[in-house]
Amino acid sequence: MGAVVIFLLVSLIKVAVVIGVLLTIVAYTVCLERKVVGRMQNRWGPTRVGPFGLLQPLADGLKFILKEDLLPPHVNRPLFILAPMLALTMALISISIVPFGGMLTIGHFTTPLQITGILGANGQPVDINIGLLIILGVTSIGVYGVALAGWSSNSKYSLLGGLRASAQMVSYEVSLGLSLVGVLILTGSFSLREIVNHQSGAFWHWNIFGGFQFIAFFIYLIAAYAETNRIPFDLPEAETELVAGYHTEYSSMKFAMFFMAEYSNMVTVACIASILFLGGWSGPIPHFLPAIVQSLVPIGYFLLRVVFFLFVYIWVRGTLPRFRYDQLMAFSWKFLLPLSLANIMITALVVALRS
Amino acid sequence: MLHEILFFIFAAGCVAGAINLLAQKHPINSALSLIVVMASLAGIFLLMGAEFVGAIQVIIYAGAIMVLFVFVIMLLNAGVEEHTKGSKIALILGIPGAAVVAILVTWILLRSQQSAAPIAIGQLHGTGADIGRLLFGPFLLPFEVTSVLVLIAIMGAVVLSRREEP
Repeated sequence: MGAVVIFLLVSLIKVAVVIGVLLTIVAYTVCLERKVVGRMQNRWGPTRVGPFGLLQPLADGLKFILKEDLLPPHVNRPLFILAPMLALTMALISISIVPFGGMLTIGHFTTPLQITGILGANGQPVDINIGLLIILGVTSIGVYGVALAGWSSNSKYSLLGGLRASAQMVSYEVSLGLSLVGVLILTGSFSLREIVNHQSGAFWHWNIFGGFQFIAFFIYLIAAYAETNRIPFDLPEAETELVAGYHTEYSSMKFAMFFMAEYSNMVTVACIASILFLGGWSGPIPHFLPAIVQSLVPIGYFLLRVVFFLFVYIWVRGTLPRFRYDQLMAFSWKFLLPLSLANIMITALVVALRS
Repeated sequence: MLHEILFFIFAAGCVAGAINLLAQKHPINSALSLIVVMASLAGIFLLMGAEFVGAIQVIIYAGAIMVLFVFVIMLLNAGVEEHTKGSKIALILGIPGAAVVAILVTWILLRSQQSAAPIAIGQLHGTGADIGRLLFGPFLLPFEVTSVLVLIAIMGAVVLSRREEP
């Protein structure tokens, strides 16, 4: 077998594993959300299907597949079908850039724990130089999914939801992108792997503490909540005003695709937050373990951080009420944007004075 | 070989998107075709080794600017346009003009020997750091002049969209 065939085979296996794990995490995040929000509101959440309600995601998925797929007669048919596909595809593509750990070693075979990573000349894993920019670009294409869904549904609630969503996502994308610049100045690279390697060591080397990026971290967190249309920024689907916003007219699997896109975007955002601010997969690795277990331990640390972020998402959802729409836009342009610009200035000044 | 195949895929996407842009009757379909053109251009930039420009092309043009286009079309709820039969001036001046421009561009490209050596796939020399050094080194003055131009445009937009005081 040639090197190309092996490369293709390994890449295919990686893609299958990552998509499988991602969709499982998405399904169980929904379950976790129902459970945790249930406990916060002093009720049980799902308990009937399986032990502790753990099979609830399976039942939900089955329900989505078996429901009738309605195509309302007044919609713009091609765009109505394209919109959920676009949203889900872009949400799934962005995970391919994310590195999950260092190297996977099985016997004599080593490969980076990342879909788009390869082995460099010196035996160290390398990934795309512009990884972070690709994620930002793919996310910005994902906005069309929501905007087109709202427009092509040809109903006033959907249109208002789509308009709100595109305005909100474009506004918060600015703050989101600018909050990352501080980390980029500290690292000097867009490569996610290099950003993690730059923070290696104990927790005081992490960008949030050692790089004094905690302001950037909170800007990123707030902007990311708005980008993924989560409470307190879920104005595009505010059910008290807009029925269900941009996905009012969608049913069965098409609705489920929007749902899956939202939750896999949450997972990607959590991955990026862990990589940029919390040191990625760094943590103590016990050296007496076999090589394959040693290479899997960093994934555990990484997952721990991601699950923490997902929990914070749910926690915020259970705690905060929804913003008013004008407050939402004013908050982005009048507060987050100047703050992130100030953060860039101060970080750049400190880096310039130190060097 | 792979380089040529990829180039023709992206170039075909680009040209097909541009033709579709003109042929479509609904503004939103035209805007979507323009997004295809922008995304294909990003692919061609990547093939030339300009990774940073390719990523920025997607983020700024396909992502931000076209979202605003789509947003405005949605907001105004623009309807289906009617095709005119085409004016004679466009027919008489347009087609020869396009031919002249195409010949000129081909001639200039064939004359210049700069891009003689093709770039291998994966050989990326347009990194963000290089472009930053060029922008703040040899091209500092054009860069700053452009930024002043953009600033004036932003101020103009703010002044024009400001609410009239009673």
